[in-house]
Amino acid sequence: MTAETTSSAPATVGPVGPVSPEEPAQPAGPGPAAPPAALLARLRASLPGRIALRVLSALVLLWAVATIVFFLQHLVPGDPALAILGGASANPPPETVAAVRAQYGFDQPLLVQYADFLGGLVRGDLGSSYTMKEPVARIIAEQIVPTLQLTGASLAIAWAIAIGSTLLTAARPGLAARIGSGLEVVLAALPHFWLGVVLLVVFAVTLQWLPVVDDGPAGLVLPALTLGVPLGGFLAQVTRDEFDAASRQPFVLSALSRGTRPGDVRWRHVLRHAALPGIALSGWGLGSLISGAVVVEVIFSRQGIGQVLVTAVTSQDLPLVIGVTFVVALVYVIANILTDLAAVAVDPRLRTSIGGAS
Amino acid sequence: MNALITAQNLSVSFDDVEVVHDVSLTLRPGSCLGIVGESGSGKSVTARSLLGLNGERAAVRADRLEGAGTDLLRASDAQLRALRGRRIGYVLQDALVSLDPLRRVGAEIAEPLRVHGVPRRAREGRVQELLAAAGVPEPELRARQLPSELSGGLRQRALIAAALALDPEVLIADEPTTALDVTVQAQILSLLEANLAAGRAIILISHDLAVVERLADEVLVMKDGRVVEQGPTSQVLSRPADPYTRRLLAAVPSARSRGSRLSDAPPLELSARDREALGARRRGAGSSDGTDAAGAAGAPGSPADGPVLQVEVISKRFRGPDGRERTVVDDVSFALAAGETLGIVGESGSGKSTTARIALALAEPSAGRVLLDGEAWSGLRERRRRDRRRRISVVPQDPLGSFDPRWDVGRTIADAVPAETGGPARSEARARRVRELLEAVGLTAAHARRHPLSLSGGQRQRVAIARALATSPEILVLDEPVSALDVSIQAQVLDLLGDLQEALGTAHLFISHDLGVVHHVSDRVLVMQAGRVVEQGTADDVFFRPQHDYTRELVAALPHPTLQETA
Repeated sequence: MTAETTSSAPATVGPVGPVSPEEPAQPAGPGPAAPPAALLARLRASLPGRIALRVLSALVLLWAVATIVFFLQHLVPGDPALAILGGASANPPPETVAAVRAQYGFDQPLLVQYADFLGGLVRGDLGSSYTMKEPVARIIAEQIVPTLQLTGASLAIAWAIAIGSTLLTAARPGLAARIGSGLEVVLAALPHFWLGVVLLVVFAVTLQWLPVVDDGPAGLVLPALTLGVPLGGFLAQVTRDEFDAASRQPFVLSALSRGTRPGDVRWRHVLRHAALPGIALSGWGLGSLISGAVVVEVIFSRQGIGQVLVTAVTSQDLPLVIGVTFVVALVYVIANILTDLAAVAVDPRLRTSIGGAS
Repeated sequence: MNALITAQNLSVSFDDVEVVHDVSLTLRPGSCLGIVGESGSGKSVTARSLLGLNGERAAVRADRLEGAGTDLLRASDAQLRALRGRRIGYVLQDALVSLDPLRRVGAEIAEPLRVHGVPRRAREGRVQELLAAAGVPEPELRARQLPSELSGGLRQRALIAAALALDPEVLIADEPTTALDVTVQAQILSLLEANLAAGRAIILISHDLAVVERLADEVLVMKDGRVVEQGPTSQVLSRPADPYTRRLLAAVPSARSRGSRLSDAPPLELSARDREALGARRRGAGSSDGTDAAGAAGAPGSPADGPVLQVEVISKRFRGPDGRERTVVDDVSFALAAGETLGIVGESGSGKSTTARIALALAEPSAGRVLLDGEAWSGLRERRRRDRRRRISVVPQDPLGSFDPRWDVGRTIADAVPAETGGPARSEARARRVRELLEAVGLTAAHARRHPLSLSGGQRQRVAIARALATSPEILVLDEPVSALDVSIQAQVLDLLGDLQEALGTAHLFISHDLGVVHHVSDRVLVMQAGRVVEQGTADDVFFRPQHDYTRELVAALPHPTLQETA
């Protein structure tokens, strides 16, 4: 390629004429890109600046989610006025439908509805549910707590599995490591609906150790295990890989040469390295737990946002669907900020070097 | 006096493969034993078996193996742990990962204190005493910092402080100065020397003969897991009995070795046709019996048609993560004549590599300009440079990182071969060219099907040179091309570069932190410090009659001038 062009190149390179149009763009390199880059660099240099950037990007993300959900829902066929009046099977008179349309503003242009929707969001008003005739914010506030308890407990179980399996079996000679990693693959592959039913049948129905349905902590155990065990298997695979890599680093040899016990080295030095990729995945993991909660809440007939979402979607309760989606996105954003903070707590290098790549 | 460490016929194997064979050594109180050898010679495995640190896969056998009064062959895990850190300290080479990168420096140094039962209250003060004793300024601040916030020299001192925390009788230092700049290396050696003078016994492991010469009373030369020679340092280094030791000594590049070959590999034989094919120019070009012309033109400053590369007062500024601007290259000027070797020497962070990147037009200077063959080279759009890129090639320090691991050697080189002809003849012409290039760098056509990971370090560097020559460049930019190589491999690669330069008349811009290497290869030398050129001149002038204080400091910091100049 290059050689073929070389033969003709001197002709075009030599005289300035044919190539002169390129000249004005020549100092393109660092010039125009510099001011925003410099501003970003200055913001990243301070902790408040970094937090401000973070909050700003979270707000942009939430706005994007709200917008996408709003317009997607309006693409779904079906008349929301009919949904309010009792679903597709109801047969209200046309004037009733028209009245409802006017009341909810469905006769307004879409952009006006969108502006109203965004205005409501800013005030914390998510509208009111078509079917339950209650403010969406109140419905969600009631139902989000059990879901957060469930996902929180599941995440704790997942971490216990990951750390336990890694500490006990990773980077050990012989069979231990193979058994550990084999078990993790099996756990990670368990589907929620299957695991939930099996746990329910074994521990609640046959052995009767735990209640089938209970609002207290005892009722949390089986659903949390259902959600947490597969995630734990997955997290353990990631922490194990990193544990293996970290245990081959020279600092492990340094620590051993000081007389430190091997178990101590695993716990004090290596585990911390292994936890980092697991922490990075935990934000994503929490998101997957919330979508998994939809299934688990149905299996165990638990209260929760998953149940709400399922009924809202089937009854075309637009404000409730949007509200739930928005709140789940909010939880996701907060979870990611929390995982970032956790990563900084575990890896002190991040305190000084976030965004400092050059 | 009783020996602190005794090993008789020590053998170590991993999974039934023996890597250390019948090594015997003794370490007497207050003395220093040097273990010298190239990578894979079994130095580190030998040292680690003195601490029982070779891992569970290792099988250690010996007639006798004792350390600090303990029979290491029969010691329990608990007995070994009681030994480590308390009776025998162990220091690894500085690397960001020799100290746990996630823990504060102070916590790392406190670890041996904690393990061996020093109460928490007493630790903090002790950590600072230890850091101060290891020559770390502002120990309070340093103890609270992370290893990544310390310079390489300070990290090495912190590692030594941790190993000395419990005042062990023996310190084993495994490559303690590798990857450190020469002045920092000199400081670390002084620290070890002070410990030796205070009565501590040291085992010093290094691939660098000069480092060992400065400290060791006795030397053990290892090759392929065996001791090939052993005796008082002065005797081994000045009157080596074993041929391997002799070769090792001869392979060290320095002022003395200028103009001579370092390895005992035969010189490269290139036929006139090969020369032509590889794009011989200037010195050799035009004369069919190129040898005479090449020989005559070997002297620096030989007539040529102007410099091939001119760097005119270039500067490069970067904006750091804190938003502040740093000047990495500051008013640097030089010219590179055809067929000449210009050495750039300086410590890490002195701007050598950035200068090389600007010369290669991989980075734009913030000020100043670069001319290639008298034509503009910097400040152009890439499209206007692309056709001329073939005239200047680079050989990187880490060839492996510059290869696509999924490509075999043939494809790696062919990728750089410019297509001279189109059509069906093309792939055949390329294959022939790859073969010629491989042969020119001392490999064979069979290597074309190998993958980079299966090659040795020296072979990889040869492939990188072949790839750089693929475009028949006028200029080779060599960025620390031998820094990662063992001294005997380094010798072969330096000889190869010399042969190729003589045959092809390529100009070399040779960047290195190693004064000996630069003195060996360079016609002229540029000394860089903090982005500035502090001194330049002929190699002998700069190194024998340094004018600038910094150059003097560099020359004085060489571990042992006698070995560098006269041995």
